Amino acid sequence: MNPGSPVHAIPDMFQPVSAPAEAIRQLWWLVGGISIGILLVVGGILWWCATHFRARPGEDREPPQVYGSNQIEFAWTIVPVLIVLVLFLATARTIYDVQAMVPPKDALEVTVVGHQWWWEIRYPGLGVVTANELHVPASVPGARRPTFLTLESADVIHSFWVPQLAGKTDVVPARRNRMWVEPTETGTFLGQCAEFCGTQHANMLLRVVVDSPADFAAWVEAQKRPAVADPRVAVGRAVFESTACVSCHTVAGTGADGTFGPDLTHLMSRATIASGAADNAPDRLRAWIVDPHAIKPGALMPAMKLPDDQVDAVTAYLSTLR
Amino acid sequence: MAVLDRSLESSPAESSARVPVGSILHDWVVTADHKKLGLMYIASGLVFFLVAGVMASMMRIQLALPQNDFLGPNTFNRLMTMHGTTMVFFVGMPMFFGFANYVVPLQIGARDLAFPRLNAFGFWMFLFGGVLLYFSALGSEGLYGAGSTPDVGWFAYAPLTSRTFSRGNATDYWILGILLSSVGSTATAINLVTTVATMRCPGMTLGRMPLFVWILWVDAILVLFVLSPLTAAQVMLLFDRFLGAHFFDTQAGGSAVLWQHFFWFFGHPEVYVLILPAFAIASEVIPVFSRKPLFGYPIMVAATICIGMISMSVWVHHMFVVGLEPGANTFFAASTMAIAVPTGIKIFNWLGTMWGGRIRFRVPMLWCTAFLLEFVLAGLTGVILATVPIDWQLSDSYFVVAHFHFVLIGGLLFNIFAAIYYWFPKATGRMLDEGLGRKHFFWFVLGFNLTFLPMHVPGLLGMPRRIYTYMPGRGWDAWNLVVTIGVAVQAIGILYFLWNVISSLRDGEPAGDDPWDGWTLEWATTSPPPEYNFEEIPTVRSRRPLWDLKHPEDPDWRWE
Ligand code: HEC
Ligand SMILES: [Cu+2]
Repeated sequence: MNPGSPVHAIPDMFQPVSAPAEAIRQLWWLVGGISIGILLVVGGILWWCATHFRARPGEDREPPQVYGSNQIEFAWTIVPVLIVLVLFLATARTIYDVQAMVPPKDALEVTVVGHQWWWEIRYPGLGVVTANELHVPASVPGARRPTFLTLESADVIHSFWVPQLAGKTDVVPARRNRMWVEPTETGTFLGQCAEFCGTQHANMLLRVVVDSPADFAAWVEAQKRPAVADPRVAVGRAVFESTACVSCHTVAGTGADGTFGPDLTHLMSRATIASGAADNAPDRLRAWIVDPHAIKPGALMPAMKLPDDQVDAVTAYLSTLR
Repeated sequence: MAVLDRSLESSPAESSARVPVGSILHDWVVTADHKKLGLMYIASGLVFFLVAGVMASMMRIQLALPQNDFLGPNTFNRLMTMHGTTMVFFVGMPMFFGFANYVVPLQIGARDLAFPRLNAFGFWMFLFGGVLLYFSALGSEGLYGAGSTPDVGWFAYAPLTSRTFSRGNATDYWILGILLSSVGSTATAINLVTTVATMRCPGMTLGRMPLFVWILWVDAILVLFVLSPLTAAQVMLLFDRFLGAHFFDTQAGGSAVLWQHFFWFFGHPEVYVLILPAFAIASEVIPVFSRKPLFGYPIMVAATICIGMISMSVWVHHMFVVGLEPGANTFFAASTMAIAVPTGIKIFNWLGTMWGGRIRFRVPMLWCTAFLLEFVLAGLTGVILATVPIDWQLSDSYFVVAHFHFVLIGGLLFNIFAAIYYWFPKATGRMLDEGLGRKHFFWFVLGFNLTFLPMHVPGLLGMPRRIYTYMPGRGWDAWNLVVTIGVAVQAIGILYFLWNVISSLRDGEPAGDDPWDGWTLEWATTSPPPEYNFEEIPTVRSRRPLWDLKHPEDPDWRWE
């Protein structure tokens, strides 16, 4: 099977594939069960009142005037208190299970930096930098390997949310939040930024690719290599290096070392561009370079107004960056 | 002059009967009468409600289909911000102050609020705050010099509101509009607290105060406590934006989380500020239409006070995903769940009031009955969200949006409709039409459930809130379409409501003083009440003075 497949199109928290998300789903049974029970009881009483105590036509005597009853009040105070107590204990336990987890020695460390409106992803121990698509290894029996994320923001608050892997954690500027995932199934899982962060909050999508340990190692090796230098696209490379692209984008092994936009060294290893706003297909890539705002209005990359032949050349060049 | 003369000549009888529009207008503008101010609060609340409702409908059209092109991101973000800000500050708040203004003095047998002119001041500050907020559309320079309303969301998280990320003046209008209206709210809250404390008629001890008054009293006190942190935060933000302070500027050592603490220390109790009037209305309508006194009055008072106090210790449940310590998360899970207990007690007491009654399902009671069911659902999704780990999934998702619309529509708005149907006869002397009222009820409740029940699902499937568009194929499409259809159904209900109000104002059935066979003092005076409310200040001996009057053989004061 290809790395990254299958793509789980529906980010459904009830189909967790990773420890924190699994713990949350278990809590659901208790909380959901109690809720449905209470709804049925109250709904039933209300139904009974509406059908049995409805005034019949012509009946205008006042009913017996009852002012209250301390026993009854006591009963319907103590029962909710007990229910709440049970819920609270279950909640507290799961909070500590998830938040107090200490990284084991061989945990993978990743730093995710939220930008208006894309994700920078760094693997400090591995020397890999990429964007918008996070690769993590599957945790397999006998060789458990959770991934710990350090969340930072370059500008405003974002929130990292991939429901099948874990609950969300905000990405707060001037603060380093931590979260962890431990997926046990390979495939691509979808999520997106969950805290309003400005114009293109809606198109700040996330993909997490869970690889088998072997695939992950291969992916890391590929990512560590500098960019392919293909002489057939030398023209495009020259255009790229002589325009402002280089002040915002990095292509390792060339003079391009900007960090304002996503690293393009291995652009072609990603399935989407512009944080998921478009597929990474040649025509979409070209359209993006011509005018990013046609695809993602408000995106912080300017339309560079290159002549057609230069756009073609740059697109051809970028298409070689596997 | 000539025009005036001719009109005088042509129909002297008519012109003497008809007061010139100018003078009516002048009357309303300079009035300090609590009833007129109350009606003006309610009317302006309704106007803002319609405006914000139109905004919501536009957003729903955009979201009906994935990748829809009806609205662009900038327009959507402005609408989303204005919708939320308007509904909270310029619909929910004036409804509270409107009904408090109109009903409280009548129910405690007073001639007006303690400070009538402060009352007028409060109203106009509120109104001008709203006007200022909307004036941003013309007056504020957004990006590229284009006009712009605020677009940072109604809780305006830092540092998105800093000069760096929010250029132009839209955010400043947001700050100043709310600041101004908060001044008005504070004034009116002080007024209400004083009025209830000092102006009750002879015999009306605290223990004999109608629960409606009790709840609004607690509510007004709550407003005084919680508006100050909001005001402080707004002023700090102004300092950041204009004087180069760095309270919330994360690039210069400020804190983004600090804003959230300030905002939610206001924002969560604010939810209770909005919902307590709903409880007050239900506590008035349900007994009258069940023909029984409120079950467990002292417990209801205690539960209200509990809610008021606990509501100030739960704010962090809006911040479970900020990355706070597990200890903090655990504490606020406990306090948030705790508040469900007094709220549950209230629901049971309302059910206890209905139990064994002879319930007349007139329109106000229909709304209160529907409220009970919808509000239980709102409360339960609230407890689900208080379960911190589940909140890590659901926070900032459409599940939350569905939850708080259940609270604010199923909880608050349903009761506001109940209150309008209930007190309209008192205020105008005419009944609202029962048949149109039932149609209003049917379509609105249907539309509400069609909108907000399905809305929980995309949240459970990973759809975040505040997105102007979404990708197809995520399992969200069908749900979003149904939600949008629901909005259209609600709109039918609203049209019936507007038609009912307009036609009943003109030729509704005359109401008489006491159309519902009520028990509190407002029904003892004429409809509409004279400017001085009561010819003679009444004296009461129980919580239901009119019951005592109508049943001299079995008065309440014998039992209380
Ligand atoms: C002012 C800085 C800036 C300049 C100049 C710039 N870009 Fe970008 N670029 C960005 C930003 C920011 C993004 C991310 C946009 C988003 O997803 O919202 C981006 C995204 C991209 C992407 C998609 C990357 C991905 O993985 O999603 C490509 C490809 C790209 N730029 C190519 C170019 C080319 C080619 C040029 C020169 C013609 C260029 N950029 C010039 C800032 C810049
Ligand atoms: Cu974001």
